Amino acid sequence: MKPALLLLTTWLFASTLYAQSDVQKRYQTKLILADDGSTIELDAGRFTFTSSLSLQDKKRIVIRGKGIDKTVLSFKGQTDGAEGLRVSNGENIVIENLTVQDTQGDGIKTMNVKGITFRNVKVEWTGPPKSTNGGYGLYPVQCDNVVIEGCTAIGASDAGIYVGQSRGIIVKNSKAYHNVAGIEIENSRDADVFDNEAYENTGGILVFDLPDLVQKKSGNVRVFNNYVHDNNLPNFAPEGNIVATVSAGTGLLILAANAVEVFNNRFIRNQSTGTGIISYLFTQRPITDKAYYPFPTAVSIHDNIYERNPGPAIARSELFALILKTGSEIPHILYDGIVDPATLDSNGKPLPERRICIRNNKNQSLINLDAGQGFKSMARDAAPFDCQLPPLKAPALNAR
Amino acid sequence: MRTYLIAACLLALWLTLVSWQTATVPEKLSDYGFFTGDPVRQQPAAGVVPYTLNTPLFSDYAEKLRFIKLPPGQSVAYNDTAVLHFPVGTTLIKTFYYPHDFRHPAKGRRLLETRLLVHQPDGWKALVYVWNPEQTDALLEVAGDTKTVQYVDARGTARQLAYGIPNLNQCKGCHNRQEVLTPIGPSVRQLNGDLAYAGAEKKENQLRHWQRTGMLTDLPPLADCPKTPVWDQPETGSLNDRARAWLDINCAHCHNPRGPAMTSGLNLSIGETNSTALGILKTPVAAGRGSGGHAFDIVPGKPEASILIYRLYSTDPGDRMPELGRKTVHTESLELLRAWIKAME
Repeated sequence: MKPALLLLTTWLFASTLYAQSDVQKRYQTKLILADDGSTIELDAGRFTFTSSLSLQDKKRIVIRGKGIDKTVLSFKGQTDGAEGLRVSNGENIVIENLTVQDTQGDGIKTMNVKGITFRNVKVEWTGPPKSTNGGYGLYPVQCDNVVIEGCTAIGASDAGIYVGQSRGIIVKNSKAYHNVAGIEIENSRDADVFDNEAYENTGGILVFDLPDLVQKKSGNVRVFNNYVHDNNLPNFAPEGNIVATVSAGTGLLILAANAVEVFNNRFIRNQSTGTGIISYLFTQRPITDKAYYPFPTAVSIHDNIYERNPGPAIARSELFALILKTGSEIPHILYDGIVDPATLDSNGKPLPERRICIRNNKNQSLINLDAGQGFKSMARDAAPFDCQLPPLKAPALNAR
Repeated sequence: MRTYLIAACLLALWLTLVSWQTATVPEKLSDYGFFTGDPVRQQPAAGVVPYTLNTPLFSDYAEKLRFIKLPPGQSVAYNDTAVLHFPVGTTLIKTFYYPHDFRHPAKGRRLLETRLLVHQPDGWKALVYVWNPEQTDALLEVAGDTKTVQYVDARGTARQLAYGIPNLNQCKGCHNRQEVLTPIGPSVRQLNGDLAYAGAEKKENQLRHWQRTGMLTDLPPLADCPKTPVWDQPETGSLNDRARAWLDINCAHCHNPRGPAMTSGLNLSIGETNSTALGILKTPVAAGRGSGGHAFDIVPGKPEASILIYRLYSTDPGDRMPELGRKTVHTESLELLRAWIKAME
């Protein structure tokens, strides 16, 4: 090796100077060279990128713009990389005060990060909602200690705010609109979703547990103090995705999730289903994952407010036609009634700790669809669900 | 005068400290001395050994020259399950280029970049050197780049491409096992094939050559070594074996249970035996519009209804797979994979 060795840092700083005109290189270089514990300040203004930006293998980094709509990172016309910003294998990362626009795929994806905070971040696809928009706006996956606060997600063709396969989660004071799903907690444990507004999506909030994933079991999810309204947008998710099966007019949908407590929310004018509780079997998708548990259990829906305009469901499916045969209005709460036999005692009664409990909601009305028996004995009787589960605990979080 | 001396001493001390604390990285590829003669010819220097893989990663039809440099006097031990465990001090060298005309290699070529994987005491490091327009040397680049490339393809069609050179983070987008930067290609099964070595009259099996020259130890009889088929040579393997080999090297660096695409639940590693994990009648998880409107990753007998084919065909950055390093359709491998799915029951 020749002796003329240059110091990596020295050379890189020199190259940074040369690349001033090239914002892509400038910001990417900053992200690569950032020392652990440093803050990367992004200027005010609108910056266009043709390729994903990425941060990896870093600790205690803050990526900070000058504010939502003040620092705008636009990926319109992006040619490389699927997401806008990608953070992987980090610890205690904060992304705040910026807007990410029009990425080809997901907006901000963070994977394998222990401690990830999104604060005052907007992710949006401009223009009317369309299936060619990216899938997820904010997309932490396989992360620990996730905080999403003061964020806004608009136009995602899957979920605006999506937390997947993660542990220890707070989503609060955020807004999601014009997405297929506003906020989704999927295969995740220990989550609090509160003080959010999810509106004008296809479905406002989803709590899902899906098969074939690395993190199998979700649970301990609390959804409270949210304003979930007017989620009547026609579903524009590309077929094949599970959210493409969500009916327009859905406030909250719980799919195969366990230990979910839903309280003090306002579910207003979600014109098909205020709250749905269904098994994965209800989707009629095949299950080959032997470790997967397809039933929702220990779900508690209490002290919420339900309102809707009169009339048929906005989702024009056979199911809602069938439901209307049982009464003049669509009930606010739908339960598919598919029960795991293992959660029943010897008399066929549900074990207390695994029950679906629905109580004390304003304007409460519900229907058990009896989907397991081909919808033969749909019942609007609330008595079987009149119970209370012990309150769930707030997740213990260790994030900045 | 004394002040200057003190200042000079302090400066020297400071530089020593800084260089001691900071990894020193050559600015120019030529600083390493990997090649002799005209750089564009990529003639390896002593101790730098060329190698090939039976079924390589597709990178927008770029051609690749691969070399390995082991630390002097050291060797690597045989293992038939993973990428070889090369000793610290090893450098893997890969130069990407396009012939001006794929039908006539003698018309010359344009070198684009040379990527290095350097095995340092604290792990593998990736470095990217971008060739200058004069093709006299390549310079270190951390933030990636895009180069317009023109060439005439094997069918005689003139093509143009915005060739993407990865930034250092993107290297780890693929070279990643449980968040540790790792080589992908040089496993025994991929190296088990013949190569024409300079000065030799006939081709020689690479494993045997490595053993003969002291690079590889513990080599069992060649007949007992696993061998990846050549994806486009039917005589080297069954349709299934060739398709699985192609998916393994093109997809499984991410799509394995310890790779960046583990979140999808799709595992395209050559050893995967669970049909759902392999994608057969598996529903997508976070594909978004990448589903192309299809319900399953692979529908046996129906390539046109399989997300896998849709995403390998797409050139849309939001849909296409692999996410990095492919902007053009690889027509030939799609034919292989379509036939593979078509033949499934």
